[in-house]
Amino acid sequence: MTKRTLLTLAAGVLAAGSWMPVAQAQDSLYMPSMTYRTGPFAGGGTPFADGYADYFNMLNERDGGINGVRIEVEECETAYNAQKGVECYEATKDKGALAYSPLSTGITLALVPKAPIDEIPIFSMGYGLSAAAAGDQFPWTFVYPASYWSQLSSIIKYIDDNGGVKGQKIGFIYLDAAYGKEPIPLLDQLAESMGFEVAKFPVGVKEMQNQSSQWLNVRKERPDWMIMWGWGAMNPTAIKEAAKIRFPLDRFIGNWWAGSNNDLNAVGEAGKGYLAANFSGIGQDFPALQDVLTHVVRAGKSKVASEDDVGNVLYNRGLFNAVILAEGVRVAQEMSGKKIITGADMRDGLENIDLNEERLTELGLPGFTGAVKGSCADHEGNGAIFIQQWNGSDWEKISDLIAPMSDVVRPMLEEAAEAYVSDKPDWQSQTCN
Amino acid sequence: MDILHSIFVAPFIEMGAYPDFFLQVVWEGFVAGVLYSLIALGFVLIYKASGVFNFAQGIMVVFAALALVSLHGMGVPAWLAVILALGIMGLLAVGVERLVLRKLVNQHDAILLMATIGLTLVLKGLGQLLFGGEPKPMITEELGLPTGSTDWEVFGGIVIFQHIDIAATVVALLMVLALALFFSKTRIGRALRAVADDHQAALSVGISLHQIWAIVWFAAGIVALVTGIMWGARSEVSFALEIIALKALAVLILGGFTSIPGAIVGGLIIGIGEKLFEVYWGALFGSGVEAWFAYVLALIFLLFRPQGLFGERIIERV
Repeated sequence: MTKRTLLTLAAGVLAAGSWMPVAQAQDSLYMPSMTYRTGPFAGGGTPFADGYADYFNMLNERDGGINGVRIEVEECETAYNAQKGVECYEATKDKGALAYSPLSTGITLALVPKAPIDEIPIFSMGYGLSAAAAGDQFPWTFVYPASYWSQLSSIIKYIDDNGGVKGQKIGFIYLDAAYGKEPIPLLDQLAESMGFEVAKFPVGVKEMQNQSSQWLNVRKERPDWMIMWGWGAMNPTAIKEAAKIRFPLDRFIGNWWAGSNNDLNAVGEAGKGYLAANFSGIGQDFPALQDVLTHVVRAGKSKVASEDDVGNVLYNRGLFNAVILAEGVRVAQEMSGKKIITGADMRDGLENIDLNEERLTELGLPGFTGAVKGSCADHEGNGAIFIQQWNGSDWEKISDLIAPMSDVVRPMLEEAAEAYVSDKPDWQSQTCN
Repeated sequence: MDILHSIFVAPFIEMGAYPDFFLQVVWEGFVAGVLYSLIALGFVLIYKASGVFNFAQGIMVVFAALALVSLHGMGVPAWLAVILALGIMGLLAVGVERLVLRKLVNQHDAILLMATIGLTLVLKGLGQLLFGGEPKPMITEELGLPTGSTDWEVFGGIVIFQHIDIAATVVALLMVLALALFFSKTRIGRALRAVADDHQAALSVGISLHQIWAIVWFAAGIVALVTGIMWGARSEVSFALEIIALKALAVLILGGFTSIPGAIVGGLIIGIGEKLFEVYWGALFGSGVEAWFAYVLALIFLLFRPQGLFGERIIERV
């Protein structure tokens, strides 16, 4: 046999191997991780993916997994592209996937209709379709700990508590994509009911780093407050432009995707005073984070560039995503009596989680977030957020938890959920109570 | 009638009522235009010398800027990091000539374009492998670039000039001047023009096509580094910067693919035009017009003057 034939055979074997389905060990729990470590939004995707993977790895290393079953995390790169996200989903769903967290509203919107068919829950933590908070209409989708609409209502509440919103003009600068437009219906509704004016400033994806026009319009409109629904490179650019036109940064509030360390490191001292919403703890000062450092990061099993990245806003957000999923697995194991659970078991587990302060303390995360308790009808949980402020080099928590305006938001969420399913005769809903 | 008033009367009344703000809009448009021109320059250089529309120019901007900030992040002093980043762009130019262009001499333009699309993917992957996908702050102060701003009190209001914007304008103008002198006054520059005019005729008088292509790709690499520094200082250095390069396509259609002055004038028309249109007429279209204004303008030019303002008239024998 010639050398060339041997090489051809070897290449053939390798190629065939790459097409074989990956056999999943029956003694592990498969948790796919949709990541975007590449592309224009990698600045947000990378720390989130690190926190997500490190928490599951910590459970594997420290506890041998969850109730003795190891968790297998497999990353699939989406580059924040909805088409690639769906490809990742299709490529991994038959491997025993327990839940998907796409970290993209676009991908989430594409996966929501697939979830009931494949019986794999979608956990879009604080993003995606706000209406999915209505668990009776969306049994397979979860938006813990808050939907975009709840978040917006809390931000408006913060503004109202700091000088009042009545008669004020609020500017809303947003990424001109499904994600950025998501809270607009509620914003318009609140403007009408609470008596404030709204000026909207869309930023195209191609214009994320070129926003001088939008901020010239802000200077022209002279809003009293600015709210930002930004992501990726849009965030530091907007904050720099705001500083350029001398907009007071302590009246500029980003949502929880516009308040990461990556965003503000590029701005530095110029961003001092900027505010952002958050729902996950800041820093490493939690026992669970210390365990991650000990068992994963210092053991060389993490992808983080340095130890300092652990505890950053988006790292902790990704970690919290994994915490909720791990808690969902535990509840599912208890409810089903099985150690190896299915997507359907996972759905039940997620629906019945009760992450109260006592449980958070047991998990090594005291005071990390507000209580999150799910139910058949409520796939959003508590929905409370807090406000953090950039001090020039790091974030500081400056408010207590701010509950959403549930009395306004909940009926709108239910109405939107009904509207979503109204033209889908085969849609699977569930009966609660 | 209301709509006619909103288009033809109200914007001009507003311009007259707040002249300071109008000046600010024009200045911001001018700065954006200069920065668009910088990106377009990189395209023009390569197109002039090799007839290749270099789709990879956008990722070259990202690659050069990431190389600079990553080297500095490793403890290399800023001035040395600039030199090393230029060295990397030089190596890239030689690599592209050796591994891509040399193999494709005399191939159809579309094949060369496809090759640069392939190069884009390679540089994107290589950049992420070497420097990581996370955004990095530009080392503005370490490079000695000015920060802060100056106010000009005029017409009862103020116009704010950011020092970094002034620096970007000066650097861009110096770069254009240097390139213009290089093309017209130096031996290599004249050789570049000869290659641009006719590859075979240039070869017949002893001009090395390989050398010229490597030089011109290196020149485009220098432009890419300067562009990356200036855009990075306004925001951050990330792979999102690559997208901005798309705007250069419209600039090139306006100015002409082979004209350096065209790249400047085209950039300024688009920069100033889109800011004025967004601020004074944008509301009529629901805002966000900046995303399409440049391309619509380019489309109009394609219909009436396809060679652009300064481009060579396209004559093809059939």
